[in-house]
Amino acid sequence: MNDARHRTDEPPAETSSTDNRRAFLKAAALLGGAAAAGTAALVHAKRTTVGNEPTGAASVRELPPLKSIAIERRSDPLLRMQEALRRALAKPVEERRWLMVIDTRKCVGCHACTIACVAENRLPPGVVYRPVVTEELGVFPNVALRFTPRPCMHCDQPPCTPVCPVKATWKRPDGIVVIDYDKCIGCGYCVTACPYNARTRNLGEYYTDGTPARQPYESRPSFEYGKLWDREGHRSPVGNARKCHFCLHRLEEGMLPECVTSCIGRATFFGDAADPDALVAELCARPNARRLLEEKGTAPRVVYLV
Amino acid sequence: MRLHWRIPLWIAWLAAAAWGSLGFIERLSGGHAAGNYGSYVVWGLWVSAYIYFVGISAGSFLLSSLIYVFGERRFERIGRLALFTAIVSLCMALFSIWCDLGQMSRFHRIFTSPNFGSMMAWMVWLYSIYLLLMLIELWLATRADLGRWQASARGACGVIGRLLACSRGPLDARQERSCRHWLKVLLLTGIPLAIAFSGGVGALFSTLSARAFWHTPLMPILFLTGALVSGVGLVAFLAAVFSPQRGEDQRDTVLLLGRALLGLLVFDVILEWAEFSVPMWYGVGPEYSLLMRVLFGEFWWVFWVLHVGLGCVVPILLLTVRWRAWSVGLAGLLVAVTFMTVRLNIVIPGLLDPHFQGLQTAFTDHRLVFWYVPSVFEWQVTCFILAVGAALFYLGFRFLPLVPRDEGAAGCKA
Repeated sequence: MNDARHRTDEPPAETSSTDNRRAFLKAAALLGGAAAAGTAALVHAKRTTVGNEPTGAASVRELPPLKSIAIERRSDPLLRMQEALRRALAKPVEERRWLMVIDTRKCVGCHACTIACVAENRLPPGVVYRPVVTEELGVFPNVALRFTPRPCMHCDQPPCTPVCPVKATWKRPDGIVVIDYDKCIGCGYCVTACPYNARTRNLGEYYTDGTPARQPYESRPSFEYGKLWDREGHRSPVGNARKCHFCLHRLEEGMLPECVTSCIGRATFFGDAADPDALVAELCARPNARRLLEEKGTAPRVVYLV
Repeated sequence: MRLHWRIPLWIAWLAAAAWGSLGFIERLSGGHAAGNYGSYVVWGLWVSAYIYFVGISAGSFLLSSLIYVFGERRFERIGRLALFTAIVSLCMALFSIWCDLGQMSRFHRIFTSPNFGSMMAWMVWLYSIYLLLMLIELWLATRADLGRWQASARGACGVIGRLLACSRGPLDARQERSCRHWLKVLLLTGIPLAIAFSGGVGALFSTLSARAFWHTPLMPILFLTGALVSGVGLVAFLAAVFSPQRGEDQRDTVLLLGRALLGLLVFDVILEWAEFSVPMWYGVGPEYSLLMRVLFGEFWWVFWVLHVGLGCVVPILLLTVRWRAWSVGLAGLLVAVTFMTVRLNIVIPGLLDPHFQGLQTAFTDHRLVFWYVPSVFEWQVTCFILAVGAALFYLGFRFLPLVPRDEGAAGCKA
C-alpha cells in the first residue's frame, strides 16, 4: 500500500466529516432495511404453520367395523383400542388427538416393544425409538426395579420442531411430531433440543458390517410415513434425524403402533384422547397419571401410570 | 519469511494436506461411520471447530472494522490482513460445519426453504451476508493497489490486477475516495452484523432450554468476547510474523495489539469466572456436575493445562513481563490456538447430561453413549480444513496486496 499517496490524497477535515456522516447514514439505512426485513421474516416464520398432510374430508379413512366380536368397556384392551382407532380415523385429522398411556406397574422390562419397533422401522445401529430405561431402587433387602419405556413424547409444545432450520419437522394436526426425511439436512440441532433424548441420528451403519457378509434384512427398506425408504447408497434416512412417530404408517392403515401390539403385559395403550369412550381418555384422567419432565413445559402426549 | 523456516513449513503443510485429504475422501465416500459422535453426543470436534473459526473470523473482522471506521492509523497496516483472516476463518468454519451435516448435498435448502424461527437458519443467512460483505470490502480495500498492479506488476500479480481492479489503469483520486467511502459504509454495516452473529452463535446454544449447561443468558456475551480474544490473538500473531516491515511502526502496531489482547483476555477470564462460579457455588444441580467433569474429570488437563495454563496464564505473563513484539506474537498464537479447548469444553459437556439415568444402558449401542472423544478420522478432516485454510491464507498473502511491501519483501509489488 502506498501510504504517502493516501496521505496526500486525503480530503480536508470538513469534507472528511461530511463523508463520515454520509457513510454513517448509508450504513444506518442498510442496517435499518436489513433489520426490517429480518423482523418481517421472523414474524412470518413464527405465525406460519408447517405441514403437508391432507386435512378435512381428504384425511378421513372409513375402515370396516369388527362385526364378529362385540366390543364393550370390559373387552380386551387391544380390541377396545382397535375399535377406537377405527372411530378416530373416521374423523378428519384435525379432530383426532393421539395419546399414549404406559402403565409402568404392568411393564416387566422385557424390551419386546423396543425390538418390535426396531424390526418394524428397520432401525440401524445408533437409532432407537423406544428404549426401556431400567432403574434399580432401594437398598438390599428392600429393593425394586422400575421400567420406563421412553418413546417420543409428541409434545404439544415441542422444543425440537421450531429449531429446524429447513422446516423438515413439525407437529401434525393430530399431534404427531413428524420428520420429512427428504427435507432434513442432518444438522442435529433438533436432536440437541429434545430434553428426552428421543431423537437420534442415523449415521449409516449396519449391524452386520464387519461380519463375513452384510445380512439382506438390513438392507430392506422401511415404510415410515407411508413411503418406501431405501438406505442403500447413503440415501435418506441415512444422515437424518430419526424418532418415534407412533407408527404413523400403521395408523393410517388402521393398525395400532407396533409397541402397543407387541407388549406382552398390556402395559402400553394408544388411542384418540378426544374420544371420551377411548381407553386412553379413561386412563389419562386417573390420579396416578404422570408426564415426564413436566417442569420443562413441553406438555407431552405420553402419560405414565405410576 | 526466511528460507530455513519455509522448508519445514512446506513439509508440514504437505503432510497435513495429504493426511487430511484421506479423511476428507473417507467423509465423502463413507459418510459419518468413522466418526465417534452418536445419537446422544450428537456434535463433536467439527462443530467445536466451526464455532472456533467463526469466533476468529468475527474477532478479526471487528478489529479490521475498528481500524478503518475509527481511523486508527497505527493499526491501518494490518487492516487488510485482519479482513482477509476473517474471510479465510469463515470459509474454514463453513467447511467444518458442512462436513458435520448428515446430508451434505442439501445445504442449499437453508437458502431455498429457511425457517427464520430457527436460530440456525439466522446464523447461516447472517454468515452468507457477512461473507459477501467481507469480499466486497476486501475488493474495495485493495482496489487501488490492484489498479496500480495493472500497469507495473508482471506475471500473476499483473493478471490478478487486471482481473480484479475493474478499471483501466490506476484509479484516479475520485475513484479512490469513492472506494474508501463505500468501504467505510460496509464496515459500519458489518460491525453490528459481526456482533450479531458471533453473539448469535452463543444464542444458538443458549436458546436450547433442554440443555442446562448451555441455557444461560451469558452465553452470547461469552461468545462475543471469545471471538474478540481469539481473533485479536491470531491477528497479533500474524502481524508479528507476516508483516515484512520490521521497523518501529510494526513494533508499535504489534505492541498496541498486545495491549488490546491483554484487556480482552482479562475480561474473558472474568466472564468465565462468572460462568463457572455461579452454577457451582452451592454444589447442586446438573450444571454443577457437568462443570465438575470439566474441571476434575478425565479431561481435566484440557481445561487446566491447555486453557488456563497455556491459554491464559502464559499469555498474560508474556503480555505483562516481556513487552516485546515477539512476546506479543507468541501470546497471540497461544491464545488463538488454545481457544479451541474453550469451544470443545462448551460443545461436548453440554451433551453429556442424560435426563434419565439409565438411558445409556437401556439399549446397548456404541452410538448411544454419553461419552465422546474425537476419532482419528475427525482429526483428519479437521487437519484437511486447516490445510485448506493455510493454503488460502498463503495464496492471499502471496498474490493480494494485504500488507505494505518493502523492497525486500516477497509477493507482488506495485
